[in-house]
Amino acid sequence: MGALWVVAEPGPDGGLARISTEAATLVRELGVASGREVVGIVVAADPAPAAADLASYLPLVLTIADPAATSQTWSAVAAGHVAALLASEAPDAVFVGAGADGRDLAGAVSALTGLGVLVNATAVTWTESGPAVEMSVFGGRLLTTSGFTGGRGIVTVRPNVTTASPAGTVGRVEARTADTTTPLPAVRVVDRVSEAGAAAPIEEARVIVAGGRGVGGAEGFGIVQQLADTLGGAVGATRAAVDSGWIAYSQQIGQTGKIVKPELYLALGISGAIQHKVGMRTSGAIVAVNRDADAPIAEFADLFVVGDLFEVGAALLERLRARSG
Amino acid sequence: MRIVVLIKPVPDPASAGERLGPDDRLDRAAVPAVVNGNDEYVLEAALKLVEAAGEGEITLLSMAPANAPETLRKALAMGAHRGVHVTDPALAGSCAASTARVLAAALHELEYDMVFAGIDSSDGVGGIVPAAIAAHLGLPYLSYAARIEPDMAGRTVRVRRISPTGYDLLEAPLPVVIGGTQALGEPRYPSLKGIMAARGKEIVTRSLADLGLDSAGIGGNAATTAVLGTQLPAARGATEIVRGSPDDGAARIVEFLAERRII
Repeated sequence: MGALWVVAEPGPDGGLARISTEAATLVRELGVASGREVVGIVVAADPAPAAADLASYLPLVLTIADPAATSQTWSAVAAGHVAALLASEAPDAVFVGAGADGRDLAGAVSALTGLGVLVNATAVTWTESGPAVEMSVFGGRLLTTSGFTGGRGIVTVRPNVTTASPAGTVGRVEARTADTTTPLPAVRVVDRVSEAGAAAPIEEARVIVAGGRGVGGAEGFGIVQQLADTLGGAVGATRAAVDSGWIAYSQQIGQTGKIVKPELYLALGISGAIQHKVGMRTSGAIVAVNRDADAPIAEFADLFVVGDLFEVGAALLERLRARSG
Repeated sequence: MRIVVLIKPVPDPASAGERLGPDDRLDRAAVPAVVNGNDEYVLEAALKLVEAAGEGEITLLSMAPANAPETLRKALAMGAHRGVHVTDPALAGSCAASTARVLAAALHELEYDMVFAGIDSSDGVGGIVPAAIAAHLGLPYLSYAARIEPDMAGRTVRVRRISPTGYDLLEAPLPVVIGGTQALGEPRYPSLKGIMAARGKEIVTRSLADLGLDSAGIGGNAATTAVLGTQLPAARGATEIVRGSPDDGAARIVEFLAERRII
């Protein structure tokens, strides 16, 4: 009987990406349900910090130290090592986050091993023929459950599908020797540039306050940002706001931006066109403020306030601050 | 400068009519196909690079059903030079892994400095095929591109890869595979002249046999994944509409957030 693997992605400061703590929690529970061992895999220049983090979630963590994991793109380096491990051991499934690094890794490992990939898992159960992976498709209009025809494969896991919770006991960490030849060509990281105002990834936010065309300009995002800060959330935006240059593309939600599922989606001046809706319709609670009572978002918001977003936003900010103050 | 741009015809996401067929595969005839949104951004980036270089050729490559040339013509009208259409009845129902193998085989027959792909597609949203193609070809993969700067004399390319805090500047020797995003810039609308010119542009058709692939091991017969079942998501409750003063609205929002234990 094969194990279940979780490949950890690099997070800030050499630690673990938050998505990996969530994936580890999800897969640990699946390990119990399926009676399978769960193993974490860390590939990094210095795997110790991330491995220590991951060991608080999983009973066993294998580490591979490779300096190239920092000087080159992580996914190409890690994919080579994961594929090499897969050649000698045969887990039933390999899980990784569905963010940029996880997708790049999953694609490369699939090509190197021939394993199939199920993407954007929102839930995973176990059947006698392997994992059954639930995903949300067609902009949230349908849920599918899929499996691997050969019983084994790679699964990418969406952020926020579970709350990361450490196991009661700390697992053990075992170092493995890196294969000296990685099969994928190197992509050098020349520089890592931080940009002012860069925010936490919106896919991971529990609360998103988003602005659309109605916000009217870059200054208008001031109230959006203040509300996001007060609610402990992140700022999101529609494509119209991004294309107008009011806010960075990294905050865009929708068809050619991010797909998000926060507990609260507060939409300010957003009409709710289909291209935006497909990125947020599965959010926990949707609250919208819009002057246009006929805006499409009125059809799928839980609470729709007809009014000026700046006036309602200012009043809301005052009430929230009074409440927390 | 030779650039191959991967183009995926997808069911128009604006139609909100995408559905699975009775075989639980995507029903590609349910709604009209359009060029995948992210593919238009990388095509635009390719057009700008060729224009800036003053020379070059852009080839579109698509694995799609027989009616795909209708969609490819729109991308040709934007300014690409020619198209290669991989189509075969045996490809219906291909999984992502199989799709990557077929596209890699088609790329083996082409000459290029760079392959551009949209970072994901609106129908599958997996975002794994470009990385898999690069691995099959043994080429460097530079993903989540917000800017692409080739140095043809030095035979290298630099890409700004979007990161959680800004961007990583990546560099690799040509040829490469690049996955690009909307941050590359707004795609152009085809001009009337472009639309007319596209009618006369060549679209070469290739079958699995043409590519030297055997349908027993690839395509729908060899899919690594299968849909086991579907269900509709839980319906949202009715929308509560609040009218009144701004403060009435704010008060109700606070109450609602407290009811839901969000604050």
